[in-house]
Amino acid sequence: MSDQQPVSMDEAPNPRTPDAKPEESGVGRAAQVLREVTTGSFGVTVLAFVLALVIGGILIIAVNEAVITAAGYIFSKPSDFFNAAWTAVSEAYSAMFRGAVFNYDATTAARALKPLTETMTVATPLIIAALGVAVGFRAGLFNIGAQGQVIMGAAIGGYVGFAWDLPVVLHLLLALLGGVLAGGVWAGIAGFLRARTGAHEVIVTIMLNYVALYLVAFLLTTSAFTREGSNQPKSPGVKSTAQLPALLGDQFRLNAGFLVAILAAIVVWWLMTRSTWGFRFRAVGSNPHAARTAGMAVSSSFVLVMVVSGALTGLAGAVQVLGTEKALTGGIAGSIGFDAITVALLGRSKPLGIFFAGLLYAGLNVGGRAMEGATGTPINIVLVIQSLVVLFIAAPPLVRAIFRLPAPNPALAKGVSA
Amino acid sequence: MKLELRGITKSFGPLVANDHIDLVIEEGEIHALLGENGAGKSTLMNVLFGLYQADSGDIAIDDVVTTFRGPGDALAAGIGMVHQHFMLVPVFTVAENVMLGHEQTRAGGFLDLDAARERVREISARFGFGLDPDAVVEDLPVGVQQRVEIVKALTRHAKILILDEPTAVLTPQETDELIAIMRQLKDAGTSIVFITHKLREVRAIADVITVIRRGKVVGNAEPTASESELASLMVGRSVLLGLDKTPAEPGEVTFTVENLTVLTPTGHVAVDDVSFSVARGEILAVAGVQGNGQTELAEAIIGLQEAAAGSIRLDGKELRGLTPDEALGSGIGFVPEDRKVDGLVLDFSVAENLVLDLYHKSPYARGIALNLAEIRSNAVHRIDEYDIRTQGPGEHVGKLSGGNQQKVVLARELSRPLKLFIANQPTRGVDVGSIEFLHRRIVAERDGGTPVIIVSTELDEVVELGDRIAVMYRGRIVGIVPSTTPRDVLGLMMAGVPLADAIEQTGRSPRATPTTDDETGQTL
Repeated sequence: MSDQQPVSMDEAPNPRTPDAKPEESGVGRAAQVLREVTTGSFGVTVLAFVLALVIGGILIIAVNEAVITAAGYIFSKPSDFFNAAWTAVSEAYSAMFRGAVFNYDATTAARALKPLTETMTVATPLIIAALGVAVGFRAGLFNIGAQGQVIMGAAIGGYVGFAWDLPVVLHLLLALLGGVLAGGVWAGIAGFLRARTGAHEVIVTIMLNYVALYLVAFLLTTSAFTREGSNQPKSPGVKSTAQLPALLGDQFRLNAGFLVAILAAIVVWWLMTRSTWGFRFRAVGSNPHAARTAGMAVSSSFVLVMVVSGALTGLAGAVQVLGTEKALTGGIAGSIGFDAITVALLGRSKPLGIFFAGLLYAGLNVGGRAMEGATGTPINIVLVIQSLVVLFIAAPPLVRAIFRLPAPNPALAKGVSA
Repeated sequence: MKLELRGITKSFGPLVANDHIDLVIEEGEIHALLGENGAGKSTLMNVLFGLYQADSGDIAIDDVVTTFRGPGDALAAGIGMVHQHFMLVPVFTVAENVMLGHEQTRAGGFLDLDAARERVREISARFGFGLDPDAVVEDLPVGVQQRVEIVKALTRHAKILILDEPTAVLTPQETDELIAIMRQLKDAGTSIVFITHKLREVRAIADVITVIRRGKVVGNAEPTASESELASLMVGRSVLLGLDKTPAEPGEVTFTVENLTVLTPTGHVAVDDVSFSVARGEILAVAGVQGNGQTELAEAIIGLQEAAAGSIRLDGKELRGLTPDEALGSGIGFVPEDRKVDGLVLDFSVAENLVLDLYHKSPYARGIALNLAEIRSNAVHRIDEYDIRTQGPGEHVGKLSGGNQQKVVLARELSRPLKLFIANQPTRGVDVGSIEFLHRRIVAERDGGTPVIIVSTELDEVVELGDRIAVMYRGRIVGIVPSTTPRDVLGLMMAGVPLADAIEQTGRSPRATPTTDDETGQTL
C-alpha cells in the first residue's frame, strides 16, 4: 500500500506554526547546520565512501597472508594479529593513494604527479558518458545503452580520424562531431521506439549494446577499418590532425579530452538548469502527467532526451579513441558505458557531482591496479569498494541508519508499520 | 463502550500532527470530528486504530488504559474503521470481502463461505442494507460498497465505528441513506466517530462536535451551532460563507460542444453524445458524482483525451484534434482535477510551476535560454496577488499546503488573457479560507467576460458558483438547469432521474421554472 504514507503533504500541518519561535538558540542552529551537512546528499556520499573503505579494509585483512598466519596464534599473541591487520590495510590503501593521486615516494615531481594525471585521463570518458546518462536520468529515462553509444561514437569518431585527411583544427572537430552524431543516432533509435511504440528504452538500449559491439567487431574485419596488409582487428592510427593534443607533454597520457569533459559538464549544467529544453526534460522526468497537461509533448521529449544523452556518450567514445587510445579496437569502450551509469548515480546526476564522482571512480581503478602491483592485494577488492559505494549511495536510509543520522524529511521517512 | 483519548500527541519530526488531544466518545453517540484538511483528524484516527503509535497519551476503553500495537488490537477491542478509500478487493464477492482477514474454516481448512454469506444476510437485514452476499464488489455502486465496509466492521463486533470522510464519494441521496444507517447503528448502541469537513452533514447527524485545528482541539460545539460559527472555529477566523456574486450577464456564446463522444482506452463510452454551450461572462457548473464522465469531458476539450465524435468550437474554431499545447495556445486556461498528478511538478519550485505551460514563450524564454529573472519576478507578483503562503519563489511546491498548491495552479492558468477557463474540482482538498479566495478569483474571471466551465462533485460548490448547472450521469447530460434549482432535485438528477421526474418526486420546482431542450442542452 504505497499510498499509506503516514502524512501526505496535504495532511501534514504547517510546520511553521505561529508558536514556533523564528529565532532559534545557538545550539539549535548548530544542530540545524549539522543536520543539513549530514543529511544532504554530499554528506551521505562521503559517509558511504568511508563505509565502503571500512568494509574493503576488512576484506583486505581477510585475504592477507600475514594476517592469516597471525590469526593462527591470535590467543597466544593477539598483538601480532592486530599489527598484521593494520599493516595490511594501511599498506594497501597507501599504495592505492600513491597510485591514484600523489606518489610521495617518487624521486621527481613528474613521477609524483603522474598518478593524478593518469586518474584524470581515465576519468575523462567516464565523466562525459556519465553526463549523458544523467541527462536521461533527470528526464526519467534509463539509458542503459551508454556502452553501445560509446562504441558507436568511438567507431565513427575514429573512422573520421584515421580515414579522412583534413586541416588541423577542422579534422579534430569533425571527428568529435562524428562521435556525437553516431551516439545521438544510436540512442535516438531507442527514444524513437519508446515514443512511437512504447518499447521500453531499457530493453532496447541493452540490445543495441550488443548490436554495436558486434557491428564494430565486424567493421574491424573489413578493409575500410583495418590497417593495410594486416588482419588484426585494429584500425590504423588516428592521424595527428585529429588527435586531442596532450596537455602536459608526451610523457603523460592526459590530453585535451579532459578539457572537453569540463566543457561538457558546463554545457549540461546550462542545458538542464538554464534552457527551455532542460526545463521540459526535468518536468517530463519528474511528472510526465503534469508535463502533458501543461502542453509539453512527452513523446517527442523522449526522442530528444535520448538523442542528447547519446550525443554525450558518443562524444565520450570519440574522446577515448582520439585522445587516449589513438586507434580503434573491439575493446575500445572497455566498460566505460557501464561505469558511466555508476558514476552518474554517484554524482546524483548533477554535473559537478559527476565531475568529482568520475575522478573518484577512475582513481579507485587506477589506484587499485597500483595496489595490486605493490602489495599483491587483489584488484577485485576495488570492485567490491566501488560496488559498495554505489550500494550505500543508492540506499541513503541505510547509511543514515548505520550512522544514526536523522532523516531529511521525517514525515516521509518514518514508515508505517501497518 | 466508552472510549477516551487522553493527551494524545503524535509528531512527525518537527510537525506536530496531534498536540495533547483529549476526546471522549460515549456509548451510542455520534461524535463528529470537524477540521480542515491537514488539521490532524486522520492522524488521530490512525492512532486510535493502531496504525500509528502515539508519542504520548493514553487510549482508555471503559476507563481501562489499553495500547494498540496494530489494527488487529484495535479490531479486537471493538473499534472498526471505514477508510475514505475503501479497502475492498474489487473482484471478490461481498461475502468474500467480509470474511477476508478473519476467515472461518471448516474441517480440513476449507473456507466456510456459507457462514460468511449468512452473516452478511443477517446484518444486512437488521439494518436494511439490502446487500447480496454473492454480488461482486466492483459491480456495486460506491454507496453500496461503503455498506460492505460497514458490514465488514460490524461482523467483527465493532462497538465504535470510525467513518473517515464517508460522504466524499456519495450522491446527496446516498448521503441521506448513510445518515439513516448511522442513526440505526446509534440506536443499536454503536458509537460512531464521523470525520468530515462538511458543515451541513455535521449539523444533520452529530450529537457532539469536536473541532480540531492545527493538531489541537479548539473547541466543542452543539449541533445547533450555525454553519458560520462552525466554519470560524474550524478556520480560526470568521469566514464569509456563501459567495455574494452578482448575477451573470451572459454575452455572446463563444464556446459550443456538439454531440461529443469520448471513449475510455478500454472502449467504454465515457462521454456520451454531449452538447452544450457557454456564453462569455457566465459560469456553467458541471455537477455529478465522481466518475460520470465529467473529467473525460474536461480533458477532451483541452485535447488530453481524444474525442471519438462530435465537435468542440471556441470562437468558431474547431478544437477537436488539437494537442494540449495547441488548445492552451488558443486561449484556454485549464485546472486539472488532481493538482498533484496533473497540475504541478512537486519537485519544481513555485516559480517554475507558475510558468509550467508558458516557460517556452516570451518573456520567459529567449530562444532556448530561460529568462530566470523574468520567471522569478513573475513568481513574486503572483505570490503577492494570490496570497500564496510560501517561503519564496524558490520553495518546492510539494512543501506547500493543498490550498496554496491550488492557488499556484489557478494563478498560473488565470495569469494570461483567456478565451475559455475550465476548472475541474477547483477547491478539492482545499481549506475553507482558500476556497473563498479561489471562488472569488473564478467569479472575477467570469466578470471579465470569459466563458467559465467548473466541474465539481461538491453540490455546494456547484450551486454557489454555477450560473447554470449541467448534471452529468453515466456520460450523459441529464439536464441543464438554473442554479436556483433545489438541491434535492439536483441530487435526484445526479442519480440519473430526468428533471421533470425529479421535480415531480420532490414536489418542488425551481423558482424560475426551467425548460430544457435536450437536443441542444440549452436552457431557454
